[in-house]
Amino acid sequence: MNSNRFGHYAIRIYVVIFLAFMLLPLIVMAGAAFNDTRFPSIYPWFGFTTRWFQELWADGRMWNAAKNTVFVAIAVVAFSVPIGTAGAILLNSLQARSRSIIYGIMVAPILTPGAVIGISTLLFWYKFNVPAGLHLSVLGQVSYIAAYVMLLVLARLQSFDAGLEEAALDLGASHAQVVRRILLPHLYPAIGAGALIGFFQSAENYNVTLFTRGNSDTLTVYVGSKIRSGITPTINALAFLLIAATVIGLIIYEIRRRRADAAAKLADE
Amino acid sequence: MSELIRRYGSSLTWIFIAFTAFWLLVLVLIPNFVLFEFSFKPYLPVDQLGGPKDFYSLNNYWTFFTSPIHIRIFFQTVLYSSAVTFVCLMLSYPLAYFLAKVVDPKSAPSIFLLLIIPLWVSEILRSFAWFIILAYNGPLNAMLQGIGLEPVRWISGFNAVIIGLIYSYLLFMLLPIYNAISSLDTNQIEASEDLGASLWRTHWRVVIPHSKPGIASGCVMVFMLCAGSVIVPSTLASPSSRWFTEIIQQWMFEGLDWNTGAAYAFLLLTLCIIFVSLVMRLLNVRLVDIAK
Repeated sequence: MNSNRFGHYAIRIYVVIFLAFMLLPLIVMAGAAFNDTRFPSIYPWFGFTTRWFQELWADGRMWNAAKNTVFVAIAVVAFSVPIGTAGAILLNSLQARSRSIIYGIMVAPILTPGAVIGISTLLFWYKFNVPAGLHLSVLGQVSYIAAYVMLLVLARLQSFDAGLEEAALDLGASHAQVVRRILLPHLYPAIGAGALIGFFQSAENYNVTLFTRGNSDTLTVYVGSKIRSGITPTINALAFLLIAATVIGLIIYEIRRRRADAAAKLADE
Repeated sequence: MSELIRRYGSSLTWIFIAFTAFWLLVLVLIPNFVLFEFSFKPYLPVDQLGGPKDFYSLNNYWTFFTSPIHIRIFFQTVLYSSAVTFVCLMLSYPLAYFLAKVVDPKSAPSIFLLLIIPLWVSEILRSFAWFIILAYNGPLNAMLQGIGLEPVRWISGFNAVIIGLIYSYLLFMLLPIYNAISSLDTNQIEASEDLGASLWRTHWRVVIPHSKPGIASGCVMVFMLCAGSVIVPSTLASPSSRWFTEIIQQWMFEGLDWNTGAAYAFLLLTLCIIFVSLVMRLLNVRLVDIAK
């Protein structure tokens, strides 16, 4: 019993250390955004300043990169969602052997290093004289982000009652109506999750973008070049804003989740 | 297929097929084939393409196999990526088990919410955070000196790269293992304990066998991300530690020799394929179990 008690505390201490390991680096990075020194650090402390935020705000290259990031991410979602959904529906109708082969090809890009995806995309389009640029970054990212959408939709399809489609067809619905009124509404949660994951996967992509971007910047490439040539705390200011946005988003999500839980409990009683 | 046509009509079925074909052929298979083909061609100026010097050869691979430096960097990348994968597994398993089976199910989502914050902050900022922490005049050394220890030159050798890789990819190990353990019936664990199995034996014979797909998935992802990592080595490497992806970048951007770059990229891809097959064989799992 005694050793059990000990284990009980040991694992809790471990969880706290683990959480600290995951979160403290972010706090250090965000904190350094307010330190009045050229080299980003939180120690020694030279005094509070907001000038790194002002410099970031005034940095035209950053704004351009941010605009490109959003543009690329929207394009990636616009391609990945229909492609991944179509792939999942098609895969679901295949039989054992061809199914496992196609499945293997579909998930392969997830298990491929981003640098390889980037280089192969660059070379493929180079053959057709398509120069490097953000359009290639989009295509390279779609190749693996579509696989995430496919996996989400495929999982959702497992709980789909095909009898509903039969009933609709028997009652005289057209094929388009079956898809629009029955299949897609069932898939919407997976499609929504896929779009969200795809957007953020694209926004944080570095490896594929690095090899395909040509001369254009995205936020990750911008940060990467800043880190290599002249680190300034403006990167920390950017990091602070991203972390703050994440935390606010998660807090809203958590509050809504707890409210939904409480409402469900109330409904039970 | 006929089932699809019956349900959704032939035009919609063709759209599904066209989308999927575009994805698998134009975005995945043919680009990889082109990469493969490129890697056997010599690097030539445009006007000599198709000329007498433009033939297939193993020269680009020969460049790799005759360069002791590149071979050493390749094996160091494999070695350190494997080590990081192993450390991530050891760190993740207890926490995954705790979150899936021990902790109050009500507080698990909140802990997860905190844990995944770094995932939303991009990979490049995650390694930049460690660049600040590990700097010689940084906060970690200041803390060490505060408790009377000598400062450590962290960004030397592979130290900082390893720390950065663990931090960046740890969650890719934790999440699949957590999912796998969550699906285990808690009664099985209790039965094993009631029958007198020790803690180790319960894990070894009940929990670990059940979580094999998650472990396989985590190991494959972490290894692939480490070996293919571009950001972490370029942020945290010291002159004495170089990563295989840096050599690829050199060929692509500095040498502008895309053909040799393609050969090196193909070697990296081969490495990952070998690792995936090895894990699948060792843990006796299928690809369907790994990629979920």
